Amino acid sequence: MTTAVRELTFSQAINEAIRQEMRRDPTIVIMGEDIAGGAGRAHLGFVDAWGGPLRVTRGLITEFGPERVLDTPIAEMGFVGAAVGAAMTGLRPIVEVLFVDLIGCCYDQIINQAAKMHYMMGGQLDLPLVIRIPYGARGATGQTYGGGAAAQHSQTLYSVLAHVPGLKVVAPTTAYNAKGLTMAAIRDDGPVVVMENKFLGLAAKGPVPEEPYTIPIGRAEVVRRGRDVTLCGIGRMTHVCLEAAALLAGEGTSAEVVDVLTLAPLDEATILESVARTKRLVVVDEDTPTASMARDIAARVADQGFDFLDAPVKTVTAPETPVPFAAVLEAHYVPRAANVVAAVHTLLGTGG
Amino acid sequence: MAISERWATLTRERLLWMYDRMTLIREFEERLRQLVDAGMPVGAAHYYVGEEAVAVGVCAALEPMDWIASTHRGHGHCIAKGVDVRPMMAELFGKVTGSNRGKGGSMHITDVRVGMLGVNPILGMGTTHAVGAALSAKVRRTGQVAAAFFGDGASNIGAVHEAMNLAAIWKLPVVFVCENNGYAQSTPVEYAVAVQDIADRAAGYAMPGVVVDGQDVFAVWEATDAAVRRARAGTGPSLIECKTYRYYGHYHGDDPRRYRTAEEEEVARARDCIRRFREGALTRGLLGADDLDAIDARNRALLDEAIAFAEVSPLPDPAELCTDVYVTEPSE
Repeated sequence: MTTAVRELTFSQAINEAIRQEMRRDPTIVIMGEDIAGGAGRAHLGFVDAWGGPLRVTRGLITEFGPERVLDTPIAEMGFVGAAVGAAMTGLRPIVEVLFVDLIGCCYDQIINQAAKMHYMMGGQLDLPLVIRIPYGARGATGQTYGGGAAAQHSQTLYSVLAHVPGLKVVAPTTAYNAKGLTMAAIRDDGPVVVMENKFLGLAAKGPVPEEPYTIPIGRAEVVRRGRDVTLCGIGRMTHVCLEAAALLAGEGTSAEVVDVLTLAPLDEATILESVARTKRLVVVDEDTPTASMARDIAARVADQGFDFLDAPVKTVTAPETPVPFAAVLEAHYVPRAANVVAAVHTLLGTGG
Repeated sequence: MAISERWATLTRERLLWMYDRMTLIREFEERLRQLVDAGMPVGAAHYYVGEEAVAVGVCAALEPMDWIASTHRGHGHCIAKGVDVRPMMAELFGKVTGSNRGKGGSMHITDVRVGMLGVNPILGMGTTHAVGAALSAKVRRTGQVAAAFFGDGASNIGAVHEAMNLAAIWKLPVVFVCENNGYAQSTPVEYAVAVQDIADRAAGYAMPGVVVDGQDVFAVWEATDAAVRRARAGTGPSLIECKTYRYYGHYHGDDPRRYRTAEEEEVARARDCIRRFREGALTRGLLGADDLDAIDARNRALLDEAIAFAEVSPLPDPAELCTDVYVTEPSE
């Protein structure tokens, strides 16, 4: 007998991870701008108005109350710092930064305080802190006029977090792994950044077991087996890789897809093992190319897997520009399956 | 100038503790200065000499379970809160027996066992950590208070204001302690701060703000005691501005004569917190010269011991470079 597995959205899956963990452990608190919404207006009937930009936290305040579900003022440096201090002194805070574009306002707290605290204090202190950060541009929407969220509300920026030793950075890609990685992040005794793609958050839906489970941080996953080329995706780009792999299959090219899942510390072994079999690699990243995860992965494979390769490593990334507003421009900003297929054609000397 | 008439409110033990901590801070800093002058490379050292009454007055009003968050000029805060000077000195020597196993140095000395959340040289950030510690105390219902030290310079950074607002709206048990020593590096406070008294900024966060003589350990203690009572009662944070003075430059090697006069320094030194305490105690017959001399001798011996401990302690093994990067090691 099998029971039908529920389908949840990416956001609902993260909500469930947080909710189940908060039930289990009373030291978990969650804080951020409008993570409940309408704070202080309960007497007027306004409770839980917002639930964060992706509605991830909706319903938490009604179950756990305002002492553990804290709407914050617009003060990223202050409340991320407070989360660091709380993590140093017995709580396990989950903090939500509205969008990754705002990390400039709390970058010190993330890179100088949270990331380094354990090391520079000689290991005397744990820092069980989760920083959840929505990210991403829209890409092609079919919209022919108007625009999106533009240069300061659409960025990717995970490379500047993955760069800093001491931080773990994960980028879930499905409702299933969003729940498991979020739960693993909450249970980790150190700081973990969870990068939540805005468009997966609202659109990705899939089966999610009801019981609590974790997915190990630090492991990439082969999500499609193939022989001719490895497509390595980060976050939403894993779906672009899968789309490209389906197109390539129609041409008789067998593409393997690796979902990076954890940006830091990177699972080099899984990527290298895949490249050892396929002999070719395309890394797909919606970040801008300079000092990006895409080039970091390419460099690591060149450094440690050069003998496996039958062709140069290719990267498919956003262009070296800020994210544009106009929809017709933004459509060309985020890498698409066609760009990935073209990169594979170049490697194989075929098609196009 | 005499210090305030609050002797009778403290026990003899407490008075001796205050003298002990203030003189231990000074002995630590003066001995460290001698070592650095003699060529000991301890990185950046920001001496607390002159400001001892602030750290000691604040910590005199705290319980061992309470937390403090510090600044870049943190040796005094550490000693006042009870950090052992032996691992402190060993840390400065870069030894594995250091408080931070040689990975932090002067600007990161930490001992969470005594509630010392870390010297922190990114100015103002410690105040946000104190807010977090206070939030933790409130959620876990432990009754702990967090004191946040920051300087006149850091009073201008957004983090401090964000911390104050958070503490105020959440009614958290925080005591904000501004050590106004007149200078942010070489920039004078009257240039960089728009208000006459930094304590006035408390009004923006609907909390009490008081100015005290930071060279008077009793004045600091009394103001902190009131703020701690308020915090523990769940009434929220307070701001105490301590007007104080650092006798030396911003760091070892900084010549303060490039931005302040000898006359100004003499006036400040005439109000020395330790000498005023000693003279007041002796004049009133509350403590004997032998009591105080014994403390002086003990602290000199303690520093002899701390320096010897640091000297003979082993260096970190090179393998330590890559340990403790992650709190939990990534899965294999």
